[in-house]
Amino acid sequence: MPDSTVLTQSTRAPQAHSSSKADKVTSSRRLSGRSLVLHALVVLGAIMMLFPFLWTVVTSITPSGTLASGPSLLVKDPTLDAYRKLFDSLPVGRIIANSLFIAIATTVLQLLTSSMAAYAFSRIAFRGKNVVFALYLATMMIPMQVLVVPLFIQMTEFKLNDTYLSLIAPTIAAAFGIFLVKQAMDSIPRDLDEAATLDGAGHLRIFSTMILPLTKASLATLAVFAFMGSWNSFLWPLVVIRSPEFMTLPLGLATLKGQYTTEWDVVMAGSVMSIIPIAVIYLFAQKHIIEGMSHTGLK
Amino acid sequence: MTSAAHTWEPIATRKKKTDWKRYGWLAFFLLPSAIPLAIFVFRPMISSLWISLHEWNLISDMKWVGLENYSKLLSSDQTWDIIGHTLLYIAGYLPIVYFGGLALAVLLNQKIYGRAFFRSAYFLPVITSWVVVALVWQWLLNPSNGLVNQVLGFLNLPQPGWWTDPVWAMPSVILASAWKDLGFVMVILLAGLQAVPGDVLEAAKMDGTNAWQRFWRITFPLLSPSSFFVIVISLINGFQVFDQVYMMTGGGPSGSSQVIVGQIYDLTFRYGRAGEASALSWILFLLIMLVTAFQLVGQKRWVHNA
Repeated sequence: MPDSTVLTQSTRAPQAHSSSKADKVTSSRRLSGRSLVLHALVVLGAIMMLFPFLWTVVTSITPSGTLASGPSLLVKDPTLDAYRKLFDSLPVGRIIANSLFIAIATTVLQLLTSSMAAYAFSRIAFRGKNVVFALYLATMMIPMQVLVVPLFIQMTEFKLNDTYLSLIAPTIAAAFGIFLVKQAMDSIPRDLDEAATLDGAGHLRIFSTMILPLTKASLATLAVFAFMGSWNSFLWPLVVIRSPEFMTLPLGLATLKGQYTTEWDVVMAGSVMSIIPIAVIYLFAQKHIIEGMSHTGLK
Repeated sequence: MTSAAHTWEPIATRKKKTDWKRYGWLAFFLLPSAIPLAIFVFRPMISSLWISLHEWNLISDMKWVGLENYSKLLSSDQTWDIIGHTLLYIAGYLPIVYFGGLALAVLLNQKIYGRAFFRSAYFLPVITSWVVVALVWQWLLNPSNGLVNQVLGFLNLPQPGWWTDPVWAMPSVILASAWKDLGFVMVILLAGLQAVPGDVLEAAKMDGTNAWQRFWRITFPLLSPSSFFVIVISLINGFQVFDQVYMMTGGGPSGSSQVIVGQIYDLTFRYGRAGEASALSWILFLLIMLVTAFQLVGQKRWVHNA
């Protein structure tokens, strides 16, 4: 939507200037000079943002012997040795699968719990609703860091340390998502579900066939946040996970760095392997991801 | 409001049965989130407060010390150093991401070929995890054979020790963090820019203002809700900074880049001082609450049309 408005504005602009021929020539010449500078700046920015990724790949295929003098962009005798070492020291496939599984499970659970709670707050009248909702919102203020120590002890009590469940459980419900979806549900006219109630539809039907489809946009935003949050989460896995078979990518990478402190080719190979899955997802869903992120800013 | 009250009235006459049913539905919709929040947020929150009043190494019995952990923390120079490092991080990081992100957003709001491509390119670091960003930058800023120092050497400029040097450790972390978050700030400000009405700018242009004036007098004030949002988010994230510091410097060299969350982690899992760690995490919580209060007050005062 925002894209199209800007495009129509910019295509309309030249027409406004075409009142006289001389005017048109000067303005378009000035425009092209300015436009050249703008494009140069944009390209420069893109190089600064993308070059570190290229450098990571280059380093990972540079023979370790020549790394001491620093790799060069044109790799002499590229090699996959670093990747061999990487796969020998960590169950890379398993770790990628773990990350995907945990992120997907977290996302699905958060979508479910958030939309259900949002429905309750938006559509069911009950005593003390404001107090309960305030309590929910209060949990949004508590940073994970405050909870790490007691949560770790609690997981130890439950004997859940070093399991998938310990990674998923703390993020089953998140107040941020509930708040986001409730905002969307509040903007759906109540006449709609009142009419359905008269037709004999119950809460479950109204929720699943009427309200949910109308909150798709905010559910998509929530999905992006839940997935990215889980995918990038580091502190909590660092605290509860010990065995390589339950590690997620950030933790596996940190372990790798611990083993190969100075072998940058191996560390960069690990970085490449952890960027690939999310980059593939990004390639297909970038529009949704970027728009999901930018929606939160407008509120 | 009136229509809701109106619809509930006839239901109230059949009170007993519907009440039972309504609370049944309420439980169905609310418990899936209420139970996890109670177990994984409220319970640990209360026990964190409890632990903060004890001396405890995670293994032996807890020993009640009252507010001693807090007074010990607040009277130790180390705590203030750590809070100082966290503020230093914010002071370096925030202006770079905000003005850098603003510049990128303004740039992409122009007539640019392949705008969607550039937007995606700038955003790529945002989806990369902190651990990867930290490692890549640790390598780029490697004092002996990193790319940045090679380029600096080639240009005959001084080559800092970056994350191995107490003075340059925090700037290294700031640089990596800014690189990762620029795209996020850019995307939010770009959405804000695109909501600025074109006819207002057009009218100002007719009045003979130049682009610079139009930006600072019209666009920038109209952008204030988005600006305020990214600044508050960045402040809160700044106080919670951990991943990149842990990976790049581990808080070193010799504690020169230790931040609040890093200290909470080290106190608990390296030194076995869980009581102090919990007390410090409550101090962090209060700092974040301060930012939130600032948000509530500031939004009314400084944000256009809030």
